[in-house]
Amino acid sequence: MKGLWIGIVLTVIFLAFALVSFVWTPFDIEAFDIPNKLKSPNATNWLGTDQYGRDILSMIMMGARTSIAVALLAVGIGMAIGVPLGLWAAARRGSLLDELIMRGNDLIFAFPSLVIAILITAVFGAGAINAIIAIGIFNIPVFARLTRGAALSLWERDFILAARVSGKSAFRISWEHIFPNILNLMIVQGTIQFSLGILAEAALSYIGLGAQPPTASWGRMLADAQTLVSFAPHTALMPGGAIVLMVLGLNLMGDGLRDVLDPRIRVDRA
Amino acid sequence: MIRYILGRLLSLVISLIVASVVIFVVIEIAPGDPASFMLGINAQPETVAALRTELGLDVSKVERYFAWTTGMLTGDFGTSYTYRSPVSELIMDRVVVSLPLAIYALILSTVIAFPAGIYAASRRGGVGDMSVMGATQLGVAIPNFWFAMIMVLIFAINLRWFSAGGFPGWDKGFFGGIKALTLPAISLALPQAAILARVMRSSLLDMLGEDFIRTARAKGLSQRQALWKHAVRNALIPVLTIIGLQFSFLLAGGIIIEQVFFLPGLGRLIFQAISARDLIVVESVVMLLVFVVIVVNFAVDIAYAAVDPRLRTQA
Repeated sequence: MKGLWIGIVLTVIFLAFALVSFVWTPFDIEAFDIPNKLKSPNATNWLGTDQYGRDILSMIMMGARTSIAVALLAVGIGMAIGVPLGLWAAARRGSLLDELIMRGNDLIFAFPSLVIAILITAVFGAGAINAIIAIGIFNIPVFARLTRGAALSLWERDFILAARVSGKSAFRISWEHIFPNILNLMIVQGTIQFSLGILAEAALSYIGLGAQPPTASWGRMLADAQTLVSFAPHTALMPGGAIVLMVLGLNLMGDGLRDVLDPRIRVDRA
Repeated sequence: MIRYILGRLLSLVISLIVASVVIFVVIEIAPGDPASFMLGINAQPETVAALRTELGLDVSKVERYFAWTTGMLTGDFGTSYTYRSPVSELIMDRVVVSLPLAIYALILSTVIAFPAGIYAASRRGGVGDMSVMGATQLGVAIPNFWFAMIMVLIFAINLRWFSAGGFPGWDKGFFGGIKALTLPAISLALPQAAILARVMRSSLLDMLGEDFIRTARAKGLSQRQALWKHAVRNALIPVLTIIGLQFSFLLAGGIIIEQVFFLPGLGRLIFQAISARDLIVVESVVMLLVFVVIVVNFAVDIAYAAVDPRLRTQA
């Protein structure tokens, strides 16, 4: 239970960072202030400044926006395509369609996701949109598999049988009865995929294939810090710390939510 | 078992074909003609046309796809536009860095994770378990390239035990090569070790609830003896699968770690090729990585089925 609350607090802090950055940041991140460059954390710049004298706290706030937007949209793609595919496959269990959907999923699973993300962004250009697509594609099979598995066991239940007897179509049963019952599962998995998305976005922008300047991103802050780390370690420690805390928060929240939303697991773990 | 292997083999071949088509199509959509790119904007059309012929770009896309795939089957990966040398040679030069790095990291991750997972399981619910689990929570949250930067800061810049990057080459001695790969391998291994330790722990805990452990306990073995003598070996099955999957993560993850440490591996090759729009190199290296991942997964499936006959029916 403690983990869940730590997770929620961390997540809320970063969400607040991202939201507040739309209206206010301590400093303007587009204004260079060279005389103040590479300042260690101090009373004015709480987390120090970077090589152009920009306030690192402000950049982390702006970067939170990029990370969260990319990861959230990537999870959105995965859910929006994966969940209906999984529901469809479950409703047509054992059919050619089911087979095709699941084999297609296996195929995406077999690909090294980072390599394909690099390929996509390399060919179609680096940028936030392509990063979202590249990360999102690999979320599809995750949700499709999970949905199908959960939906299959629900189809065996009596209340679904009742719905079938009353003449509801497979589509309506999937939408009105199966979907609401797997929503908890999707929320938990969504949280986990969200945290993986944050890591993936950071990795892509670190190698220069994510959001492009002037959009702030944690990964690119780390790439910039690489040559500065020996004499200004805070330039690397701060954005990296932000990534770790955000991902840690989401993972703790995901684990905690799983315990709360799925009482069966709680019994198993006791 | 034979039927199972044949079934898996068929899906392996289909996966490889689909993967090659996808990669080829993606590269084909890429804007920009390599020949014009190489010769610059002032090139004469005739020169560009001649180069296109030389590079084999003037035939239909379908022909090019078959030329590419059949070439790869015979070890001919085409010729790099920028290096003007066979892609297979370029790859061979880099594989000797990337592959040892991935294997080194895999060994480290296993060596760290096994004792940690077993220890946590044997101290279930205790302080030791909580500490290991807390550490793994942190381990999965740390981006490996950031961890790599921290390692450089501590061990290369402050303590000066290792160099901050670069690779001396294996001809300068085995030890020097291993030393240059140590920090990169640790950075790659740590997050994977965290995942592996968790899997090891939960797999062991599953085993401890099994009847054969109760039998062992009834025979008079202590909980710890039962764990070591019976549970660990059985718990290894799911752990091996994860190790197989991790190999591909390590190989692909190496791409980024190579950037941090300026290692001349496949990752560097891909990035240089991307910035030079040397697409044949990108295409072939990506295909090679996908090939390795798919084949490793296949091998894990087979090994898994060999150990556990129940799985063979799922083909």
